[in-house]
Amino acid sequence: MLKNRWTSLIATAALVLATAVAHAQTAPDAWIKQISGEVIDTVKSDKAIQAGDTRKIMTLVDAKILPNVNFLRMTSSAVGRYWRQATPEQQARLQEEFKTLLVRTYAGALTQVKDQSVELKPLRAKPEDTEVLVRSEVKGKGDPIQLDYRLEKAGDGWKIYDVNVLGVWLVETYRASFAQEISASGIDGLITKLAEKNKAAAAAKS
Amino acid sequence: MRRRRLAALLCSVVLLAGCATAQRPDPLEPVNRQVFAFNEAVDQVVLKPVALAYEAVLPSPVQLAVSNFFGNVRDVWSAVNLFLQGRIADGFSDVMRFGTNTVFGFGGVMDVATELGFERHGEDFGQTLGRWGVPNGAYIVWPILGPSTLRDSIGLPVDMQASPEALVSVSLARNTMTGLRLVSTRAGLLSATKLIDEIALDKYAFVRNAYLQRRRSLVYDGNPPDEEEADPVADPAAAPASAPAPTGP
Repeated sequence: MLKNRWTSLIATAALVLATAVAHAQTAPDAWIKQISGEVIDTVKSDKAIQAGDTRKIMTLVDAKILPNVNFLRMTSSAVGRYWRQATPEQQARLQEEFKTLLVRTYAGALTQVKDQSVELKPLRAKPEDTEVLVRSEVKGKGDPIQLDYRLEKAGDGWKIYDVNVLGVWLVETYRASFAQEISASGIDGLITKLAEKNKAAAAAKS
Repeated sequence: MRRRRLAALLCSVVLLAGCATAQRPDPLEPVNRQVFAFNEAVDQVVLKPVALAYEAVLPSPVQLAVSNFFGNVRDVWSAVNLFLQGRIADGFSDVMRFGTNTVFGFGGVMDVATELGFERHGEDFGQTLGRWGVPNGAYIVWPILGPSTLRDSIGLPVDMQASPEALVSVSLARNTMTGLRLVSTRAGLLSATKLIDEIALDKYAFVRNAYLQRRRSLVYDGNPPDEEEADPVADPAAAPASAPAPTGP
């Protein structure tokens, strides 16, 4: 009886300690909530961003988004099995062009923000997990939009390495396109294609 | 002549569709690419301009009312599908949605139920078949109707029977409603298609991959089991084999 009580006491102590440790770091879902809240608030309060002011949008993206994304992992997963065949220089260029493409897309989506808010779904993760799935919904007019993130632990915080919009994972979708492009015209062919796409979009905007 | 060609096409579709596997979901790619190009052309010339005009002319509350109206009828069909999938509580939730929106939302033009916390499920027959374990089969692009799979195509005629215009007997009214539904749907997709134009390297492949992923996610209610660990750097064998791509139009 006494032994039993001791066991439960130790177990409780261990649990309390574990919770304390978990709280010392930011919970991944709270972190996503914080970032998306900050971004949405900034866009809502800034008429210039809503009107499509590229310079202002890029400042926002640089400050709030870029530091929180692991572009290296995103790019290497999207390039898939060809990643190892690429030279370090090719890898760097792939990452740079892919990043430009994604940032531009994201910036375009930001101008659409009006009266949306982000609601998180319950997190199913253990405190010791180093990779977690955070699921959320963007609510606005019409049907809610599913928006999920894959996060990896980076020091005390987290970094995003994949995004899911309406059930479609970004990396998986690009992996098929990239593989197709590489098997047709090689890694350099893919780099050229991405660069062309980015250049065309930049020209169309200015 | 025309009918025979159609029959031949259908035969080859069914034959080839049997060859579809998870690694090779698109055995009909050459035909699909042509239909896709045709759809793109129709969209550029007719559907997109009309949708743009619709968006520019009609005030957004009216657009919302139109989309709510069609959504309301879809909720009934969604409830039927939920029951077929054995999801009784969700099914009743959609029945409640329909009742609430029809009575308090003036025949469905206002979506009161969402405000009250009844989420829309939007299930269709293809999803029900998926729940029952029917595999996708080949990816198929239909003229005008767009991306589908063999499985979803089986569901398509059933789904169309459940649209509001199927209940209207006057053909003029029916055609008007079909047109309105198409335009309303297309207008809702304007920003999405603009996005795809900006980010896709090969629009056909992008739409195909996104469609297949989205349908899979819908069958599993937004939470599909992991097919393979998406980290090919750790495991190169897990990367999907890429089908050699024929250069499409």
